[in-house]
Amino acid sequence: MSSSITAVPAEAVRSARWRRATEEPVWLKRSLIGLALAFLGLFLVLPLLVVLYSAFSQGLHAWAMAVTEPDALAAIRLTLLVVAIAVPANLVFGVATAWAVAKFEFRGKSVLISIIDMPFAISPVVVGLIFVVMFGSQGWLGPWLSAHDLKVLYAVPGIVIVVVFGTLPFIARELIPLMQQQGKEEEEASLTLGASGWKTFWYVTLPNIKWGLIYGVILCNARAMGEFGAVAVVSGRIRGETNTLPLHIEVLYNEYQFTAAFAVSSLLTGLALITIVIKSLVEWHDERRARRAAH
Amino acid sequence: MTSVNRTRSVIPGFGLTMGLSLFYLGLIFVIPVAGLLIYTATMGWPAFWAAISHPQVMASYKLSFTASLIGASVNLVFGGLVAWVLVRYRFPGKRLIDALVDLPFALPTAVAGISLVTLYASTGWVGQYLTLFGVKVAYTQLGVVVALTYIGLPFVVRTVQPVLEDLEAELEEASASLGASRFTTVRRVILPALLPAALTGFALAFARALGEYGSVVFISGNLPYRTEITPLLIVGKIEQFDYHGAAAIGTVMLVAAFLVLLLINGLQWWAAKRR
Amino acid sequence: MSIEIDHVNKRFGDFTAIDNVSLTFNDGELTALLGPSGSGKTTLLRVIAGLEQPDNGRIRFHGEDATDLHVSKRSVGFVFQHYALFKHMSVFENVAYGLRVKPRGQRPDKAVIRDKVMTLLSLVQLDWTAHRYPHQLSGGQRQRIALARALAVEPKVLLLDEPFGALDAKVRAELRRWLRRLHDDIHVTSVFVTHDQEEALEVSDRVVVMNQGRVEQDGAPERIYDYPANPFVYRFLGNVNLFHARIHNGVARIGDVALEAPEFAGYRDAPGEAYVRPHDIEVFADRHHSGALHARIELVSRVGPTVRLELRTDESAHVVHAELSRHRFQELGLVQGGEAWIRPAHSRVFLPDTELAAG
Repeated sequence: MSSSITAVPAEAVRSARWRRATEEPVWLKRSLIGLALAFLGLFLVLPLLVVLYSAFSQGLHAWAMAVTEPDALAAIRLTLLVVAIAVPANLVFGVATAWAVAKFEFRGKSVLISIIDMPFAISPVVVGLIFVVMFGSQGWLGPWLSAHDLKVLYAVPGIVIVVVFGTLPFIARELIPLMQQQGKEEEEASLTLGASGWKTFWYVTLPNIKWGLIYGVILCNARAMGEFGAVAVVSGRIRGETNTLPLHIEVLYNEYQFTAAFAVSSLLTGLALITIVIKSLVEWHDERRARRAAH
Repeated sequence: MTSVNRTRSVIPGFGLTMGLSLFYLGLIFVIPVAGLLIYTATMGWPAFWAAISHPQVMASYKLSFTASLIGASVNLVFGGLVAWVLVRYRFPGKRLIDALVDLPFALPTAVAGISLVTLYASTGWVGQYLTLFGVKVAYTQLGVVVALTYIGLPFVVRTVQPVLEDLEAELEEASASLGASRFTTVRRVILPALLPAALTGFALAFARALGEYGSVVFISGNLPYRTEITPLLIVGKIEQFDYHGAAAIGTVMLVAAFLVLLLINGLQWWAAKRR
Repeated sequence: MSIEIDHVNKRFGDFTAIDNVSLTFNDGELTALLGPSGSGKTTLLRVIAGLEQPDNGRIRFHGEDATDLHVSKRSVGFVFQHYALFKHMSVFENVAYGLRVKPRGQRPDKAVIRDKVMTLLSLVQLDWTAHRYPHQLSGGQRQRIALARALAVEPKVLLLDEPFGALDAKVRAELRRWLRRLHDDIHVTSVFVTHDQEEALEVSDRVVVMNQGRVEQDGAPERIYDYPANPFVYRFLGNVNLFHARIHNGVARIGDVALEAPEFAGYRDAPGEAYVRPHDIEVFADRHHSGALHARIELVSRVGPTVRLELRTDESAHVVHAELSRHRFQELGLVQGGEAWIRPAHSRVFLPDTELAAG
């Protein structure tokens, strides 16, 4: 758009009243931009600023105290443990599913894709409920578990499994359209050159999906760390034991420790910001590649 | 459900990846969901009906449904506007704003919740000015709407944006050359082209809002019959070990989510057909 | 290395891509698989490569059964229509790929790989691009890199799928002559798929014409062009005029014109169709030649050195296309809207239903 404008000598055609057929009058443009920015300022920028402001309002020292206090450290450790299991599990699932869906034709493919989307539409609370019904004392496996002295609910395994369920679609959904768009010609070329399936995946497929994969993992990671509703239901909120970071924030907030709550929140906010920065980088990379392919 | 096409592909790994995928989905998703549905089925119709039609539950449906609908509608209008502005106009900070649109998707809901309530409380940055006009947001139904608008914000923007980018300028130029005013062109040429994508985004935002918990509990105040959303009710029932009551309401929500997904699939099919 | 295709069939759902095809490609030959889209030529190539599995029938390389051999073990060089170069690898890495992915025992060492890649790059005259990436090259350059990459593993056969299909006309013409010269140097058994009859006729030692999954004709390019086996091949290899004729005792008659058709010696007053190429139509300004058809010149178009005429004969509702040199056209002094006499100099006669019976 911009290049076509600069290509025309500005004085030559642009009289004060001349306007492109696909353009609105300047006053309207400015009003629309203003309205959109006001909306985004109110709903995006202010909530972000409030977190950062409140986190540091008592100074850097208070912030550091809040995030290094034993319960906070326990919450950080638990959260890291949970994502260290959930993200790799969903990574393997995502790559395997995307490979099957993108490189092969089979009946029921669209049904499979719809099922992968479902955890996204299910309320986190219902996700928690599903596993309470599965593992709880009055649930399907509860009696058997307690007879064998196994704890799933109100313990780490329960938290891991609801997080896995809640973040199941993210990597697969990122990779499926990407790999479908790549087609399979490069893989076929690699095979005709004598490469095995694993080598083809490793040297040809993986470098091509690298950026989408990175974003999928980062997004999955952010969502896993921030998972709240489902974890709230199955964790039992045992301080220092089954509180993940979001639950710790809730506890602090409900105890009126607002600065500490926002200090811990600022950690997760930073993670969210990193996530969207990486998304922008991936998109920038894709745009560049699309431009290269077009030339 | 799935069956392999008879013709074998030279690309290896179908059995391995498909097997892994189905096993994982079965273990993590299908069996647990079926577990909930069967659990609900064991309670019998009268008990089920009593659990899901209790006045307090009915009030929560009404709130969840209405607030989600309002939130999604706000996003339909403003999300469409934001997408338009981001695609069509140039202004400083555009890239940054574009990236920030995804924030509600990446930010943990609990963080969003405490940040929104701080902002809209009667002493908050925004709340103190609204109080001057007698508008209360925090701990009211309006607060629920605000939270549900926030978490649904990215969807309409992100579904409409690519369609708007792909829209051929020739269409608009043709319309203008045939004598249509700019307003007519937008109404008769551009909006119809955006409709399927916008509705898909609307439905996604609505689906997300229906089930939302984290961002709402802090700002809503959780008053029974007034500001209690359905997911909160389920949490309450689980905490009282009323598994059957929770499962019954959870099943209603599961069915609602399934219906919205079906609607989204239909919309996407429609959008693809129109391309 | 010869390739033998023995009664191969391949269906995709209800669509028959290859219908019981048997063919042999001789050692060192460059063969063109020519046909319209959907004729099964690409599928046949992919079956030879092992990229598709035939429903039945066998593929043999030099007499040895290769039907169940996986594509990565077949030692075929395959050049894809859209190049399929690895986007994230440099030109050097692309060409070296086939050598680098060999099992550890068979993998040449680094210096050997380097020499080999550079030799191949000079063979395709692109050694200066070694450190570039595919997106920095033109289409024709990419296709030559794809060829070098396929040759790096010393394939026993070279298979090219519409190798010049995605290039513009001028580059296409240059590249196919270059391919011919390259093949004369390396002499590896090669099969290439094309829908462009000019390309097939110019480059190959042999042409196989395919249609609807079957082989319509198989032979040397000149033979295919001069003696098409059936109306399909006639129509597919360039423009052709169709005249309705009566066949009687080995002679086909179109109005006053008598054409020899010895293969129909036994026929008595049977309907026939005579196929004549535009440049095989002789055009005269006067009636003095016996056995010519009277026609009116409806359109004259000059295309470079040749002149194309659209004529309408007295008998026929069809337009007859004729082609002659500009020089000859001026000599005859023909004008648009004027009269002319035409006579087929070279033709082939078929029975009207041969097309259905063919193959």
